[in-house]
Amino acid sequence: MDSLFNFVYGPMLWVAFIVFIVGSIYKLGSFLIQTRSKEGQILSYMSFKYGLRSLFVWILPFATVNMRKHAIFTFITFLFHISLLLSPILLVSHVMLVDESFNLSWWTLPDLVADIMTIIVVASGLFLLARRLKPGIVKYVTTMVDYAVLLIVILPFVTGFMAYHQILPYKLMIFTHILTGEIMLMAIPFTKLNHMLLGAFTRAYIGSEFGSVRHARDW
Amino acid sequence: MLKDAVETKTTYEIIKDSAVEAGLTQLTPERIQTVILETLESETGPRLKAYVNMCVHCGLCSEACSYYLSNNKEPRFAPVAKVKNTIGEMIRKKGRVDNDFLRQAVQIAYTECNLCKRCVMYCPFGIDVAYLMSIVRRICHKLGITPQYIQDTAHSHAATMNQMWVKEDQWIDTLQWQEGDAREEIPDLRIPLDKNGADIMYSVIAPEPKFQASLIYQAAVIMNTAGVDWTMPSAPGWDNSDMAMYTGDSEIMGRVKRAHFEAAMRLKVNRIVMGECGHAFRSVYDVGNRWLSYKMPPVPVIHAIDFYYELISTGKIKIREKFKEPVTLHDPCNVIRGRGLMEKSRYVVNAICENLVEMTPNREHNFCCGAGGGVINCGPPYKTRRMINNKRKAEQIKETGTKVLISPCHNCHSGLEDICHHYELGMDVKFISDILYEVMEK
Ligand code: SF4
Ligand code: SF4
Repeated sequence: MDSLFNFVYGPMLWVAFIVFIVGSIYKLGSFLIQTRSKEGQILSYMSFKYGLRSLFVWILPFATVNMRKHAIFTFITFLFHISLLLSPILLVSHVMLVDESFNLSWWTLPDLVADIMTIIVVASGLFLLARRLKPGIVKYVTTMVDYAVLLIVILPFVTGFMAYHQILPYKLMIFTHILTGEIMLMAIPFTKLNHMLLGAFTRAYIGSEFGSVRHARDW
Repeated sequence: MLKDAVETKTTYEIIKDSAVEAGLTQLTPERIQTVILETLESETGPRLKAYVNMCVHCGLCSEACSYYLSNNKEPRFAPVAKVKNTIGEMIRKKGRVDNDFLRQAVQIAYTECNLCKRCVMYCPFGIDVAYLMSIVRRICHKLGITPQYIQDTAHSHAATMNQMWVKEDQWIDTLQWQEGDAREEIPDLRIPLDKNGADIMYSVIAPEPKFQASLIYQAAVIMNTAGVDWTMPSAPGWDNSDMAMYTGDSEIMGRVKRAHFEAAMRLKVNRIVMGECGHAFRSVYDVGNRWLSYKMPPVPVIHAIDFYYELISTGKIKIREKFKEPVTLHDPCNVIRGRGLMEKSRYVVNAICENLVEMTPNREHNFCCGAGGGVINCGPPYKTRRMINNKRKAEQIKETGTKVLISPCHNCHSGLEDICHHYELGMDVKFISDILYEVMEK
């Protein structure tokens, strides 16, 4: 067990971060390079003004017609994404680990807030799961991949929460927490989670088309 | 309540289309796979991959689509489902799809998506399902399995450079005939043919000379009254419509658009003004020009709405007496989401009508006519189903309580007429020019 732990907390952690960072750069880079070589016209339609206008509107909660139409969903998914992004980065124990190894630290969230955010991620994850299981359009298009991705995202939070509150043996929980976290990181560039990387570009592109060619709003 | 459209047929079925069937008999699994893979490889890029792979299957786009809303939210009509059942499957199976799959793909891409791009405004990532469906159409075109009626119009484009098999002498005759008729009303009226260096080239879609010649008459009266320096080309290139764009036949689309632009360049006009047609505008302003590698059209293109706005707001056309009856206004996707003419169309309609009753939702969010994306052009075999698929639009129109429906787009016009007839809405569908002609000072 100890050697396994040392592995996931040692070399594996490096691998995970390298795969995440290099993978993301590769994904984004190849996306942009291929766009340039195969669909160069797209770049000529990109507009800073309208691309940013579209991005701005779409990251504001309730700013678009469809967000208002699905108020509960909007509320939950915004909380979900914010918590998902911020809590791991601003968690005291994560920052401490970075500090120990690299002598680098930054502002952290109070533990209670981080705890609540973790619960939000898990609870809204369950909400998203329920939404996929409910008969209707979402179920119709859901595939195993969608469940897997959801699981990949939620597991580090479930295990992190359990480790922090010492539910089940601590050592085991920390081990699975690190492992599932690594899996999530590595999955970002290579699964649908890459909407985190590419979503802004597709949005900015369509925003540019709507703004500067179509002279219409895209929200 | 609306007469229930579903009484005709509730169950979903794949409609038999003789051209599709004939095309399928010519295909082999190898041919299908080659065409699909080659098209994906040579005509698409990371955008398509990103759209298909990044989609998180959240279903948020579904309520954008009037097809989905008209069919009691049946999943298969949601934009994301259409992607899954067509291009998604083609990619997943690496092109190894069978005839049954293709039959369904044809039906979805040509008749269950009107390429209206409403769903783009509902997807958080701006995934353009209309673009994806047009790629499916492109593949079907290359496989030779385009629905018969719309393929016929594409053939017409290829053979005559216009959509309706109008012969050159027929075209010129029609213009002269309309000029003759209009001279009884305005004695010095002209429809100037091939006038070099005119300010404006006026272009129409081929159905106008074919069976709506009175629209050319009205346009001539408007042009002459406003004292516009205009002309129409006598040679091919006069038709601005483009069904080849909708069948997926980009090569023919390119030829047709080139002929149109070249007609304007030959006549050395400053700009092209086109009649009240949406899909034609899309083809000239957005799609065809790009195929020809023009970022924007090489000759400025003005849609009729824009032009009427100009004539009325500068006082070139004066209104004698506004149209009294309450009217409602349809926002055609190709000039609203396609060119942002929503405020101008309201300016014009308010200038000529006393009472405009808005549909809800409206402007960019208006529901689709279910016709102008090539759907209506797939013809009679699909009509019953098209009426079912347009139920939401019918409800929206009915809610306005008006009896006059203005539609500044030809295809929407025809589609809306079908809807009004089928759902017994008892409405009169009009072009802006129908009313403008009636109420203006001549
Ligand atoms: S483009 Fe229009 S018709 Fe097609 S799926 Fe989207 S909303 Fe529906
Ligand atoms: S809204 Fe966008 S991401 Fe969601 S299912 Fe529709 S196309 Fe996919």
